Amino acid sequence: MRMTMIEAIQNAHDLAMMQDDKVVVFGEDVGFFGGVFRCTAGLQEKYGKSRCFDAPINELGIVGAAVGMAAYGIKPVVEIQFADYVYPAYDQIVSEAARLRHRSGGDFTCPLVIRMPTGGGIFGGQTHSQSPEALFTHVAGLKTVMPSNPIDAKGLLLAAIEDPDPVIFLEPKRLYNGPFDGHYDKPIVPWKKHDFGDVDTEYYTTPLGKAKLVEEGPDLTIIAYGTMVYVAQAAAKEAELNADIIDLRSLVPLDMETIIASVKKTGRCAIVHEATRTSGFGAELSAVIQENCFYHLETPIRRITGWDTPYPHAQEWDYFPSPERLISDFNKVMED
Amino acid sequence: MVTEPLKLHVPEPGCRPGDEPDFSDFEIPKAGETRKPDLKDDADTMRDMAFSIVRVLTKDGEAVGPWLADLSPDKLKSGLIDMMKMRAFDSRMLAAQRMGKTSFYIQCLGEEAVACAAQTVLQQGDMNFPTYRQSGLLIASGYPMQTMMNQIYSNAADPNKGRQLPTMYSSKEYGFFSISGNLGTQFIQAVGWAMASAISGDTKIATAWIGDGATSVGDFHAAMVFASTYRAPVILNVVNNQWAISTFQGMARGNSATFAARGHGFGIPALRVDGNDYLAVYAVTKWAAERARSGHGPTLIEHVTYRAGGHSTSDDPSSYRAKGESTAWPLGDPIERLKKHLIFLGVWSEKRHTQAKAQVLSEVREAQKAAEAIGTLISGNAPSTRDIFEDVFETMPPNLIRQRKEAGY
Repeated sequence: MRMTMIEAIQNAHDLAMMQDDKVVVFGEDVGFFGGVFRCTAGLQEKYGKSRCFDAPINELGIVGAAVGMAAYGIKPVVEIQFADYVYPAYDQIVSEAARLRHRSGGDFTCPLVIRMPTGGGIFGGQTHSQSPEALFTHVAGLKTVMPSNPIDAKGLLLAAIEDPDPVIFLEPKRLYNGPFDGHYDKPIVPWKKHDFGDVDTEYYTTPLGKAKLVEEGPDLTIIAYGTMVYVAQAAAKEAELNADIIDLRSLVPLDMETIIASVKKTGRCAIVHEATRTSGFGAELSAVIQENCFYHLETPIRRITGWDTPYPHAQEWDYFPSPERLISDFNKVMED
Repeated sequence: MVTEPLKLHVPEPGCRPGDEPDFSDFEIPKAGETRKPDLKDDADTMRDMAFSIVRVLTKDGEAVGPWLADLSPDKLKSGLIDMMKMRAFDSRMLAAQRMGKTSFYIQCLGEEAVACAAQTVLQQGDMNFPTYRQSGLLIASGYPMQTMMNQIYSNAADPNKGRQLPTMYSSKEYGFFSISGNLGTQFIQAVGWAMASAISGDTKIATAWIGDGATSVGDFHAAMVFASTYRAPVILNVVNNQWAISTFQGMARGNSATFAARGHGFGIPALRVDGNDYLAVYAVTKWAAERARSGHGPTLIEHVTYRAGGHSTSDDPSSYRAKGESTAWPLGDPIERLKKHLIFLGVWSEKRHTQAKAQVLSEVREAQKAAEAIGTLISGNAPSTRDIFEDVFETMPPNLIRQRKEAGY
């Protein structure tokens, strides 16, 4: 059935709640209204107010309460309205959710999912556009996932809900309605008319830790996730390059095998993400490639990322890694 | 128009080293004087409770007033033994730390009644979310002292596998949530746990614990909002032991009102209790537990007590507290007060107390001997380094398997 990414995420919640009455969903505006992006629409009506409900505007409280619920033995799936709002909950995520199993010797565990819309491209300014994934990938005990299409969003979310450990589930909000390729002046193809919008209505999971090779080619390896998968595809096409384009889907656990095999084949690699560059996830990817593929590399690895500045409003398209910037860097990677 | 330059107000305690200890402005109602509201009463009708102190034991050891609960002499004796055990345990473990057998220790000297009495109200399946000064919850629930010591020594039998600082216990079976060490985080988690119990149609309740200083953290306020919004079946305990390391309790509340009064803005019934009065702590906790279990929601309890020892083994309170402050503390010592009550009832004597003290000490020594036979932090037989790679996730991912091999395990 044709679905937007929002509908696929809503459908995943619905199936999870239908299958397991321990699954509870809450967050700001999540209950009666169904979420500001509608990802939880209709769930309160269907499953009742004790399984899908609104929360006070308090991210620390949402995650802290979810940690207690997970320790009790139910399965909280919580929404942080924008990833930019997650910081008050950071201590509960890092010192509590991620540490509980280890510090208690497995006595208490914390299976919970924290969903949050992430990334830019919507004129959201610095408080509705950030990509904080590296703040989570750096934390031992957390898994960090970012889908790039409705099919994966549903399968990965159901896998995250099944997972026995805390999972950070980042939803690129620019992709909610269709694959955005960085050409902000052109209309997007809606998911309803896209192959990746054809979502199986049955329950299925997409395993965490498996990347997807979205295009295959001998010229170079391009590693991306979220919105940048489509920007990378557009840029490679415009540069007339036949690249291996890897959609990571899951940052932790990381599918090193797919990355290493591809870079060993192409000998050239570009890494693309929206987040700021310094200590971004691209640095980790670059280090992994250097450690494992050094003697196969023909040219230095290049990172094409957001600038090391707060995310701007009016200057959004000069901040967002554009197809032009990607093409320019891809060409440098292709130099002899 | 006033043009004086503004000055920052920084609250200060009444006395510091060099001063005479002074508790003259600490208002203490007489035992039996404070009323007992009905379980169903609205928070608004009992605002006075946040400015009084529930007390049951008189100076002479008599138990009086509306909060006098149905505790049999045997239960009272067992409460006394719990507190004595806790004190002997603390004293032995402090000494062990001084001898270098472990890195760190936190005692609860003077506060034994708070945790020991509260625990006896709880039922199998209820969950405490404690701080590091509620070891009495474990002692009073019959958790093996040797296992606590294994944790303190980080030896091979430590259930936490050497990963946590001494005293950061965890026992799901005994209703004792894993202690974080980060202040306040457990307060909102207790509320979440209680919400989960309600969501599941269960009958279990949670108890949250926090110190006076940590009520300043955001987690406290998050817990209050969530507890009041969802009417969570939780007991919210603030243990006001007067000191947060070197910071006096007035710093966390603008030196006005009380910690219990924090409940008023949230519509949460709130009261203060004499934390050194075993019978009062028991009665107030029982009242709060009954409220929670019967669907009336959260209760905020401020336990007024005194941290008679240092914050931890890394702390020397003589550099910031007036000499003799702990003996000048007007609510006395919880063990002495319960002992006096039992003698008043005619079921205890000085002689029996001395015998009990020796018996308790020998039990603690036996546990210590057994724990030390397994190992201490310095004697070897520590948990394997292999263990640090376990329990990061349920299933070890490939990168951790690689790193474990790199570390030689």
